[in-house]
Amino acid sequence: MPQLDDRKEPHSELAEGVSARVPTTDEVQIKTPEKICGMGHRKKRKEDPRFIQGKGNYVDDVKLPGMLYMDIVRSPYAHAKINSIDASAALEMDGVLAVITGEDLKAAGDLHWMPTLMSDTQMVLPIDKVVYYAQEICAVIATSRYIAADAIEQVYVDYEPLDAVVDPFEAMKDKVIVRDDKEKKTNHIWHWEAGDKAATDAVFKDAATVVKEKLYIPRIHVSSIETCGMVANYNKARSHMQIYMTSQAPHAHRTVFALVSGLPEHKIQIISPDIGGGFGGKVPVYPGYVICAVASLVTGKPVKWIEDRSENLQADSFARDYHIEAEMAADKNGKITGLRVKTLSDCGAADAAANPSKFPAGLYSICTGSYDMKAAHVEVDGVYTTKPPGGVAYRCSFRVTEAVHMIERMADIMAHQLGEDPADYRLKNFIRPDQFPYKSPTGWEYDSGNYEAALKKAMDMIDYRTLREEQKQKRAKGELMGIGISSFTEVVGAGPSKDYDILGIKMFDSAEIRIHPTGKAMARFGTKSQGQGHETTYAQIIAEELGLPSDDIEVEEGDTDTAPYGLGTYASRSTPTAGAAAVMASRKIKAKAKKIAAHLLEVGEGDLEWNIDRFEVKGSPDQAKTIQEIAFAAYTNHPQGMEAGLEAVDYYDPPNLTFPFGSYICVVDIDKGTGEVAIRRFVAVDDCGHIINPLIVEGQIHGGLTMGLAPALYEEIVYDENGQNLTGTLADYLVPTAVESPKWELGKTITPSPHHPIGAKGVGESPTVGAPPAIANAVVDALWHLGVRHIDIPITPPKVWKLLRDNGVTD
Amino acid sequence: MSEHEVTLTINGEKVTRSVEARTLLVHFIREDLSLTGTHIGCDTTSCGACTVLICGKPIKSCTMFAVQADGAEIETIESLAAGGELHPLQEGFWEKHGLQCGYCTPGMIMSAKGFLAENPNPTEDEIRHGISGNLCRCTGYNKIVEAIQYAAEKLQAADAGGE
Repeated sequence: MPQLDDRKEPHSELAEGVSARVPTTDEVQIKTPEKICGMGHRKKRKEDPRFIQGKGNYVDDVKLPGMLYMDIVRSPYAHAKINSIDASAALEMDGVLAVITGEDLKAAGDLHWMPTLMSDTQMVLPIDKVVYYAQEICAVIATSRYIAADAIEQVYVDYEPLDAVVDPFEAMKDKVIVRDDKEKKTNHIWHWEAGDKAATDAVFKDAATVVKEKLYIPRIHVSSIETCGMVANYNKARSHMQIYMTSQAPHAHRTVFALVSGLPEHKIQIISPDIGGGFGGKVPVYPGYVICAVASLVTGKPVKWIEDRSENLQADSFARDYHIEAEMAADKNGKITGLRVKTLSDCGAADAAANPSKFPAGLYSICTGSYDMKAAHVEVDGVYTTKPPGGVAYRCSFRVTEAVHMIERMADIMAHQLGEDPADYRLKNFIRPDQFPYKSPTGWEYDSGNYEAALKKAMDMIDYRTLREEQKQKRAKGELMGIGISSFTEVVGAGPSKDYDILGIKMFDSAEIRIHPTGKAMARFGTKSQGQGHETTYAQIIAEELGLPSDDIEVEEGDTDTAPYGLGTYASRSTPTAGAAAVMASRKIKAKAKKIAAHLLEVGEGDLEWNIDRFEVKGSPDQAKTIQEIAFAAYTNHPQGMEAGLEAVDYYDPPNLTFPFGSYICVVDIDKGTGEVAIRRFVAVDDCGHIINPLIVEGQIHGGLTMGLAPALYEEIVYDENGQNLTGTLADYLVPTAVESPKWELGKTITPSPHHPIGAKGVGESPTVGAPPAIANAVVDALWHLGVRHIDIPITPPKVWKLLRDNGVTD
Repeated sequence: MSEHEVTLTINGEKVTRSVEARTLLVHFIREDLSLTGTHIGCDTTSCGACTVLICGKPIKSCTMFAVQADGAEIETIESLAAGGELHPLQEGFWEKHGLQCGYCTPGMIMSAKGFLAENPNPTEDEIRHGISGNLCRCTGYNKIVEAIQYAAEKLQAADAGGE
């Protein structure tokens, strides 16, 4: 039996990462020549030629012979009893093959309920009651998309409306019970705490200044441009289920399908083809997926289900919806000493968040942010309401956005309250570079950081002091200009197996590299790109490690029959986990390559040293074997007694999370007549450790910034008092266009992660996390002198206009 | 449901098909003609993922019936590199990293093509307004704007060279 420690051994040998406290730089490191194109090169993406020619392959592009189409009847009520479902008229229509109801699923083996990723339960299809507007009632299977759409209109459902409970504070009173299927008749789901309550209370007792604020982080929706969908193809002769699915985590989904359906896992193949954006929305298993798979099982034919946008916005998992009460304490010198936070998490009708199992509020306890303080205590309660279940990330690592918005707003309020400049106030309160690795009061160990360097760089780029002068002059003239800062700390790369799992499956990730005889390679991963550019990034990592040109490496993800098991792509985890696995697998290959090189050169392994793409005899570099020569020998002339071939697999279990950070500064001008906020400039300095491809990193930051702008100024999912979604189309739910999105100005610092084997940290979500408070702080900064202390996002013109009117600025 | 014969030219090829009156042009293109480069992202004409050129003008093909395109000339993303060489817009999107997941890209490129035909030498602000009917969730638009600027310059240079 291999011992656990034995299996870990190769990691400790090969993980020659970057040692702690490497000084911060702003130079991207490039070690390989252009033709190899390893880390640091601005390589154009390998995946792009198919996309720019319309040759991508998304789920809705999959067309199988005899394929049927599914459409879903949805509830017009947020809370109602179902007296009966009459599908007879639909079933009589030409081209309609079946109508699947909750009773059918129950008969098929209690498939009418399914587990959520948080080990709660959720209806697939209801039998007697619906608990949110647009909930799936039953599904029609027909020979065409159009017939299926016609047929759902012919299903008659007799509802008996019940009172909805939309407000989570009302829900806590338990007057209307959302989940009467549960033994305990209460809407309260869980209570969770982090930090030290007594120590925090003591700090507040001694505080010279305390500021308090209520903040609502509204419900929003990822709204990836491709909605969710599936083609399920059950082959009765082979007892085999092939599934094309918009999945950010195909392996985890395969396991969930196996557990829920009882189909053996080796008879389920999930293919996640090209994915048109995910942002967390393609992590959960939605009822539509399960029904589609059952429909194929029942009919024995391929069945396609593609959501409409309105279904996507109305029924798929939301993000955020946190009601926060925060208090911050400071001593007589203005030094932050403590943070006390109470939060109500509106979960909707099921706790279907996509968090690691032990973290019902995700990584929210990162909420002390970039500031060194004595004590903190955070409490969160989860509650059911009659709204769609969630919540997913919206391009964020498990509730970090909520935490960062709160701490960055509170630090800003404190600075203003004390009459200190918000930038200087942050510089005074930051965790200092010499404090890393830093143990936070809520138990995190931040791996590396240099917050001062990032903020100072942002201040230089935007010419901060001059802007403050300009603001003073403008204010004297009655003009409203604001400058907002956000100096955020992210926490990504979940995660170490001792703490992180989803439904019990540990959150490692994997890479498998095979080098062919001619020196070309195939690399497969347990993650799944939805636009992040993995085919390029992973190839560059392997090129860096093995010296194979990155163009000679084919990267493949998303087919569970071929890729090694992994937990998928979300929470900025791909580079920290699967990227590290690529390094480790490369280093295993390199260790074997060294033995082969020694055999070919007839020297001892100790006489060899690695140089970019070859092993050279020390002191005699002319005597060398390139990786291509070694690969050929691995199949044609390998040492006697050694296995042929050159390949390796690695399942990487990260020793810690990574903590990317950055400082953003936003300048806004506010129109006094309309309340419209115009972003004049936005400087973003990000530090994600070592950079693999600067072009891709810039793209990730730009996109993340626009997805940070979106909830700050535009997006919110709104319900009326009956639980009807008022923002169920893209005409009502305002995704920013190129006109709203500013010209982002980027800067960078590089502070490598000490524990990641190439010092990288992950970047795709930092800007979504960091941008909203920079914008909100800028708006409040413009209005502070009028008495405005806080505005909840989205900061819409009507909200600002009303504040201006209330403060006598606008008629 | 009444069936109608539709004849149109798509990417230079004349096609005739019988379609239901209610068939949306985008479904006709994607399903009847198997040109799946044109995508669907919403049902309210908001996202622009389905943008194609009809007689040179960008049109959201989810909001037009196939029968309305009878006699029209349609260009989809598949026409751009038909000769084997990338169009300057495709080149620009690749060079400048103007795409991530690629889902909005065909519509975005076709929209930009129609826009540049009307305004071959646009300012950045004009480009932003020119593509404001197309949503992208991944890129934050900056690099899409750069990609269109790249193409505009290249097309202008080609025009100047041709004179």
